[in-house]
Amino acid sequence: MPGKEKWFLLLAIAAAVALSMISGAFNRYYLGIVIDVGINIILAVSLNLINGHTGQFSLGHAGFMAVGGYLAAKVTLVWGASVPPAAQPLLFLAALLIGGLVAAVAGLAVGVPSLRLRGDYLAIVTLGFGEIIRVVFQTSEFFGAATGLTGIAKLTTFGWAWALAAVTVYVVATIVNSTYGRGFIAVHDDEIAASAMGINPVRYKVTAFVIGAFFAGIAGGLYAHHKLVLKPDGFDFVKSIEIVVMVILGGMGRTVGVILAAIILTILPELLRGVAEYRMIIYSLLIILLMLTRPQGLFTFGKKGAA
Amino acid sequence: MSALLECDKVTIKFGGLTAVSEFDLKIGDCELIGLIGPNGAGKTTAFNLITGVYQPTSGCITFRGQPTAGVKPHSLSLCGISRTFQNIRLFASMSVFDNVRTAMQGNRAQRVSEALFRGKAFRESEARIQHEAMELLKIFGLEGFCESNGKSLPYGDQRRLEIVRALATKPKLLLLDEPAAGMNPTEKQDLMKLIRFVKDKFQISVLLVEHDMKVVMGICERINVLDYGKKIAEGTPEEIRANPKVIAAYLGQDFDDA
Repeated sequence: MPGKEKWFLLLAIAAAVALSMISGAFNRYYLGIVIDVGINIILAVSLNLINGHTGQFSLGHAGFMAVGGYLAAKVTLVWGASVPPAAQPLLFLAALLIGGLVAAVAGLAVGVPSLRLRGDYLAIVTLGFGEIIRVVFQTSEFFGAATGLTGIAKLTTFGWAWALAAVTVYVVATIVNSTYGRGFIAVHDDEIAASAMGINPVRYKVTAFVIGAFFAGIAGGLYAHHKLVLKPDGFDFVKSIEIVVMVILGGMGRTVGVILAAIILTILPELLRGVAEYRMIIYSLLIILLMLTRPQGLFTFGKKGAA
Repeated sequence: MSALLECDKVTIKFGGLTAVSEFDLKIGDCELIGLIGPNGAGKTTAFNLITGVYQPTSGCITFRGQPTAGVKPHSLSLCGISRTFQNIRLFASMSVFDNVRTAMQGNRAQRVSEALFRGKAFRESEARIQHEAMELLKIFGLEGFCESNGKSLPYGDQRRLEIVRALATKPKLLLLDEPAAGMNPTEKQDLMKLIRFVKDKFQISVLLVEHDMKVVMGICERINVLDYGKKIAEGTPEEIRANPKVIAAYLGQDFDDA
């Protein structure tokens, strides 16, 4: 009999697909926001594995997202026309996986050198990495250079976004909530003590980076097929910081809190449409307020490291 | 029979400073050895050399017949060297139970894929680890604090938990770095009993770095004395107590302000 974690996953996917069937009945504007929320949950929960659970400060999540987004978009742009409509979802799945896997390789590439660095230094390296990725896409004719990619097929639906969000939550939560997964938290708490207890910090850090980058890549693919246009500017470090804010606001290493923060921080700017220019100010004020009043995060119910 | 741990002329230099110089040490099975010395004598450095945190500049350390040069601390831990820290290093965000459980997963008890798919193997290993961790906590009377945060325990219990966590890796050699530091006399008494108990119950060797002479003299079978990175004496507590070099190192020779 599958455990309750598997039931959660199956139910969540079923619910996402079922709702997706009737999503035509909803207002398209609201539906778009709800899909944004799903994508941001994937980004925030996957970054939480790196920044929250493992305690490695990464500012490069938008870079991984860009890798996934551009590759997935390129796959559907190149092969989309030659695949019959019935097989489009399969092509989309393949595109997302390719995007995710290449992003995971990028995660490995960042993870390995970053092992020698900690804290602020790691943050700077990942920041630089994210910018390099952006500039590569900005100058590459193959990926549309500064104009980016356009004419991407609308393949991201409510079902895709939320089913994959459920998969992300499942993967991160099940991995962390195991004896194996306590190793991530041990590395976060005290690397020296962790290695004295037989935990290989290098392995855990790289694993966190690879898994985190993989899901960021998936989120990028969903994003590309939701917005239908990819521009390099969309993946600058402001995007990375938006995701970091979700993780900090939700409470580092607390999955439920991070999900709630992702939902709130996606909806908030939409509610503040009238004062959109002040969005970043409100963000900043929120962080300052939060750090003053609740340095442990907004939503801290449940055990740390628990789902 | 060969020694469990053998240090042969181990030297480490940090730039121009020789922190530990030609350090010899032999530990057999199920022995309780003390390592003492004044402040800055190189005791903790010697510890870090044995546990692989530092690599010796010259000399050789062998554990169960295998040289440990280039072996990372986490691999040495899997081979059977475990330790506690001078300044307690518990996993601060974890519960008492999780602190112990984390240390049990070193021997590849679980894989990522198992945790992910939650199959039979996962549930079995999880149940086994849970059982073993509970048993260990029960032996040390900490089972009542399972869910509390490790760092919220009283000081003496934190020290005890650190020892439990070190034992969870199933070591052959346990290194204790100043376990009596900051303890009151009653706690020290309990600690001495505990260390002897650990050695007998788990049939392991213990290397004890300690400042507190009462504790060291009270429980160690053999004592090594370090001063300025050099070993100046070795012997039973009685021999060490009578050794003029040791007295000189601790009380000073040329000054009578001690």
